[in-house]
Amino acid sequence: MSRTTNIMIAGVGGQGTVLAAKLVARAAMDAGLAVRSSETIGMAQRGGSVVSHVRVSDGPIDSPLMARGTADVLLGLEPGEAVRCLPYLRPGATVIANAHPVPPVSAALKRASYSGEAMLEYLGRTGARLVVVDGDAVCTEVGSPRVLNVALLGAALATGALGFTTAQLEAAIRESVRKKFVDMNIQALHAGARAAGAGPGAGA
Amino acid sequence: MTALATTPDRLLVSGDEAVALACLDAGVRLGTGYPGTPSTEILETFAQLGGKAQWAPNEKVAMEVALGAAFAGARAIVTMKHVGLNVAADVLFTAAYTGVTGGLVIVSADDPGMASSQNEQDNRHFARAAGVPMLEPADSQQAYELTGMAFALSERFSIPVILRMTTRVCHSKTIMRRVPLDKPPHDPHFERDIPARVMVPAYARPAHVRLRDKLERIAAWNEISGLNPRIEGDRSLGIVTSGVATVHVREAAPQATVLQLTVTYPLPMGLLRDFAASVDRLLVIEEGDPILEHDLRAAGIPVEGKPERFRFGELTVDRVRRILTGNQEPEPPPVRGKPPMLCEGCSHRSVFTVLRKLGCIVAGDIGCYTLAVLPPFEAMDTCVCMGASIGVGLGLRHVLPPEEAKQVVSVIGDSTFMHSGLTGLAEMVYNPPPTGHVLLILDNGTTAMTGAQEHAGTGRNLIHDPTGKVVFEEVARAMGIRHVVVLDPMADEEGMEAEIRAALESGELAVIIARRACILAAGKIRQWEKAAAEKRAAAHPASPEAN
Repeated sequence: MSRTTNIMIAGVGGQGTVLAAKLVARAAMDAGLAVRSSETIGMAQRGGSVVSHVRVSDGPIDSPLMARGTADVLLGLEPGEAVRCLPYLRPGATVIANAHPVPPVSAALKRASYSGEAMLEYLGRTGARLVVVDGDAVCTEVGSPRVLNVALLGAALATGALGFTTAQLEAAIRESVRKKFVDMNIQALHAGARAAGAGPGAGA
Repeated sequence: MTALATTPDRLLVSGDEAVALACLDAGVRLGTGYPGTPSTEILETFAQLGGKAQWAPNEKVAMEVALGAAFAGARAIVTMKHVGLNVAADVLFTAAYTGVTGGLVIVSADDPGMASSQNEQDNRHFARAAGVPMLEPADSQQAYELTGMAFALSERFSIPVILRMTTRVCHSKTIMRRVPLDKPPHDPHFERDIPARVMVPAYARPAHVRLRDKLERIAAWNEISGLNPRIEGDRSLGIVTSGVATVHVREAAPQATVLQLTVTYPLPMGLLRDFAASVDRLLVIEEGDPILEHDLRAAGIPVEGKPERFRFGELTVDRVRRILTGNQEPEPPPVRGKPPMLCEGCSHRSVFTVLRKLGCIVAGDIGCYTLAVLPPFEAMDTCVCMGASIGVGLGLRHVLPPEEAKQVVSVIGDSTFMHSGLTGLAEMVYNPPPTGHVLLILDNGTTAMTGAQEHAGTGRNLIHDPTGKVVFEEVARAMGIRHVVVLDPMADEEGMEAEIRAALESGELAVIIARRACILAAGKIRQWEKAAAEKRAAAHPASPEAN
C-alpha cells in the first residue's frame, strides 16, 4: 500500500505560497517520490486567497487536487486563510499557522472584526495539532518580510509532518531560488523550525 | 520564470510548460497567441526554451498568422484562453475547410469554475461546430505527448487540430519524461493550391465535402489510434471520461473499468460501443456540458450522465464520488476565499475614485481594472468581453435621456484597446451619439492582469526586444478624434477630474489616455525599456527611436 502525504498551503497573494509548494515538490522529486501539485494563478497577485495543493507519494497519485478531509498538513500563511481550509483537514492533521492576520478590505470597510487570536483559538479547538508561528518575529530575525513561506515550511519540518529532512529542504532551496536569496531562505527555514519548538501549542 | 525543475530523467512541469517543451521537440517554427489565464505560460516558456514566440494583438490575428505559417508548410501553434477562441472563430471555421500543409495546433485553455474568466464556456463545442479534431490531456505527460501527436495528426489529415486544456491541466505540476516526437516532414516552402486556400463559394463547396470526408477518416483512425486508453477494473462499473476528470475518476473509483478518451472528436463510436457492451453499468463523467453523454446517446448507446448541478464549476474527487453514488444531499458550500483587489499604489485607483465621485455610468472592460467593481470603488456598471466597453458605452449613450447619457464613459485598458478597441473607436467616430462620448484608455504599459506581457502598444516584443509601437494618441487623432488628452492619473487627481468633467460636458467625442506604469510591473518595464533602448541605439546609432 502506498503512502501519500497531502500538503495544503494557504495564504493571500504575494505571501509566497507558490514557492513554498515548489520547494516541497522539489524535495519530493529529489527523493524519487511521485508528486502532483496545483495552484491558483491569475488573480493571485492581487491580494486574493491563494491555495496550493501538493500531493507526495511513494506510489502513483491520480488527482492533483486533494479531497476534503484528506489534508495531512496545512500551512496557513495567514490565520484566516487557514480557517477557510479546515474542511480539507483529515482528523489529527497538523496545522502550522502564522499568528498575524491580513484583514480583507471588506472587513476594513465594514469595520467588521477580523481577529487573528479568535481564528487561532478556533483552529486550536478543531482537534488538529496546531503550531502557531510568530511570522513577524521570524521575518524580523531573518531580516526580510519575504521569508514567511519558508519559515512556515521550517516549522512544519520540525513537527515531522512533512516527511522530509532539513537537508532535503535545504537542497530544494538551493536548487529553486536565486543564488543571492539562498542563505536568507535557509536561515528562515531554521528560524521557523526553532519557532515551532518555542511557539504556543507546539508539541501537542 | 525560473528554469524548469528537472532531475536527470524526470521533469516536474505544468501542463503549459509540457506543451512548450513538446513544441520545441516537435520542431515548431512559430508560436503566437494572446495572453489569457490559464494559457499564457505556453508561449512564455516556448520563448525561454529558444522557440520563436510572439504576442499578437488578439487571438484572431494570431490564428491567421499561424494559419499562414501552416500554409507555408511550417508547424505552428496558436494559444489562447477559451474566450479567445470566440474571437478567432471566424478563422477556425474556414481554416477547417482550407486545411493546412504544416501542422497547425490551436490550444484552447478552458476555465471551468472561472478561476479567472468572465464565463465557463465549454470549447469542446467548437470542435463539433467547426469540424476539427480535438485532443484532451489529463496531465503534463499527456499534454506533452498529445501536443506531438496533434502536429502529426494535423499533417496527416491536413486539418487544424485543437488541443483543449483546462485550468487544472494547465496549472498543475506533474512529473513527465520527454519521449521522441515526430519531426516536421519538410522545410517551409510555398506550393500554390488555389482551390484549397481561396474560399470563394465555388471552391468552398467541395472543401466542405472534403472536410466531412476527412472527419470520417479521422474517426476511423481514432478507433485504432491507441490514444484512448482502457484501464481494466471491475466490469460492474464502466466509466467514460476525458481530461482532468480522468484522474478524479481514478481516485474516486479505483476499482472501476475506465475508458479515457484523449481524442474526443471525432469519437471512436465502435470502441465506445464495445466498451459499453463490456460493462454492467455505463457512466459518462465529464467536466462542463454533457457533450460526450449526448454524443453517446445520439449514437444509441445508453449511458448515465451527471445531474445538472455538476455542469457548473470544476469537478473534484469529492464531486465525482457524489455523481457515482447518486448522493442527492446539497454540496458543502465552496471554501470561499478573499477576493482580489486593486493593488496599493495602483493608478487605476485614482481614476475610479474620480469616476465614482462624478457619478459616471461606467461601461467597463476586461483587465485588472474590472476589480473596480468591488468596494470601495463600485465604479463599474458593465463588463462583458474584450473591447465591449466602447460599443456598450455608445449604445447606452444613443438611447438614454441626455442628462443620463452625458454621464456615460467607456473605460478600457491598453492591451484590451489593442486587442479589440480599434474597431470600437471607429464606430465612435462613425456613429457618434448626440451627446458625444468619452473613452478613457487606462494605459499602464503592460498586459497586467495576466502577469505583465508586452503588447503592440509597448514598443517591445514578447522577449522584450525593441519593435514597432502603436501610439494610442496618434491613433485616436488619425481616426478623427479632435479632443485627445494624455495625463498621469496619479500626478494630479484634481487635474484629471477637471479633464474628465470638461470632456463629459463638451458634448464632443473625447479620448483621455491615463498613462502610468503598472505598480507591479514598473520596475521590470524600466529594465526592459533600458535594455531595448540600448539595442535600438546599437542598431541605429543616428536615430535611437527608429524601429
